[in-house]
Amino acid sequence: MQPILSITDLTKTYATGFKALKGISLDIREGEIFALLGPNGAGKTTLISIACGLVRPSGGRVTVGGHDITADYRSARGMIGLVPQELTTDAFETVWDTVTFSRGLFGKRRDPAHIEKVLRDLSLWDKRDATLRTLSGGMKRRVLIAKALSHEPRLLFLDEPTAGVDVELRRDMWRLVRALRDDGVTMVLTTHYIEEAEEMADRVGVIRGGELILVEEKAALMRQLGRKRLVIDLAAPVPGLPETLARHRLKASADGAQLFYTYEAAAAGAPDLGGLMQDLAGAGAVVRDVTTSQNTLEEIFVDLVSQRA
Amino acid sequence: MNIHAVRAIYGFEMARTLRTLTQSIVSPVLSTALYFVVFGAALGSRIPSVDGVSYGAFIVPGLVMLSLLTQSIANASFGIYFPRFTGTIYEILSAPISAFEIVAGYVGAAASKSIVLGLIIIATSALFVPLHVEHPVWMVAALVLTSVTFSLFGFVIGIWADGFEKLQLVPLLVVTPLTFLGGSFYSIETLPAPWRQIAYLNPVVYLVNGFRWSFVGRADVPPEVSFGMTLAILALCAALIAWIFRTGYRLKT
Repeated sequence: MQPILSITDLTKTYATGFKALKGISLDIREGEIFALLGPNGAGKTTLISIACGLVRPSGGRVTVGGHDITADYRSARGMIGLVPQELTTDAFETVWDTVTFSRGLFGKRRDPAHIEKVLRDLSLWDKRDATLRTLSGGMKRRVLIAKALSHEPRLLFLDEPTAGVDVELRRDMWRLVRALRDDGVTMVLTTHYIEEAEEMADRVGVIRGGELILVEEKAALMRQLGRKRLVIDLAAPVPGLPETLARHRLKASADGAQLFYTYEAAAAGAPDLGGLMQDLAGAGAVVRDVTTSQNTLEEIFVDLVSQRA
Repeated sequence: MNIHAVRAIYGFEMARTLRTLTQSIVSPVLSTALYFVVFGAALGSRIPSVDGVSYGAFIVPGLVMLSLLTQSIANASFGIYFPRFTGTIYEILSAPISAFEIVAGYVGAAASKSIVLGLIIIATSALFVPLHVEHPVWMVAALVLTSVTFSLFGFVIGIWADGFEKLQLVPLLVVTPLTFLGGSFYSIETLPAPWRQIAYLNPVVYLVNGFRWSFVGRADVPPEVSFGMTLAILALCAALIAWIFRTGYRLKT
């Protein structure tokens, strides 16, 4: 199936000489949620801005639904909705007017029923006659999403959509994103909240220094790179690790009351947990409790970025 | 042609005018009325007629032109500068809309406001002086052409400005003095040499005189030269705007 967004050898060098993108190639499949992760200045916003026509590429090609964003910009842009990072709104406009304006701007006929649906979905219906300056930051963020959805885009870019919003609104947004995906909207989101990518994304891309260093299915990424950690609570502290436990490469807490065993979840060969328990018993350690935890995407991300720095 | 987008921008700008009616319409009409009181009634009563036209009627085209130029520039420059200032320009630039359509929306709205304002000022002036329009079709043509031309100029200023101070700079320091020195309140022919020759370097002289010709049938400059000059300024502004969108000047990095 043709990707809805296809980026080939995309480069961007700003007038200052700063190379924001160094030959990015990426295909986004129709209907997926793609999370683009990366530290500040990695090139995430530049990438989105080029796709949306806000920044001129220095080289390479971008197509949306098969339409070149430069040669066939009308068709390409008509399919795109953008929720920018900054809370940029017309302070003196009403919610209804500004969302209706966006629909017209994208070449669509007036459709009050659709605007009403969008506003209701975003819990903005009660605020439809309010001017934007009277709204809270979270409400303004919803308005930006409503504007982006006003023309029924097939590809939605969400640039840091939940930056600075409270937990409740963030959860609301996640619900909305899933509902949009169910309606067939493809989404590319950049975020600093790894939790967000972990919660919603189908695939994850990691960008650093203008280069895409990894693109992977989220589940596969978690599986391949996720490490498990076994925490063993002891009934009594073990003073120094006995020689018989050396092969397990355990680490002990400062007070010796806990032992930590880290292993690759997807490494070849299962970890020798049975042998570990036997060796512990042989060393006279009495196990009181055992818990396991898996690496979060955040830990994987930090590992990746630091490894390739 | 994305006609819905042009209509959206045009409607948005016109709605802003209605929200700021005092600033957009009442204020310029009031200041023009004051000009009539001061120059037309108080001082004008001591000035003999100019080319057979009462002084009050003589200054009407100049006063209309003064408002038309300043308001066209102010409306169009603010219209495009404000979304740049707030950041909402992202939506215009990411929409499936051509440069021509963007300009048509903003400049069309700014010019519409100026035309309405010009007509209101002409109607207001009829309360103060006996008014006769010799060539009404050309008067309307000059009104429309000047409004569009200077709205285009305002659009250029709105893109160029990187602060509210710069937005005011050209209208206050260039356009208003040129209009005052452009024969709005006197005939250029009454100036002594070399000021008369120097005055003809001022493009506003041609705009005021073209407009005055449509009212009284006489002017310091032949009407075809006046209209030619207006078209030349329009072409220059259009070329500048084409360059802005081609290079992305102050719009895209």
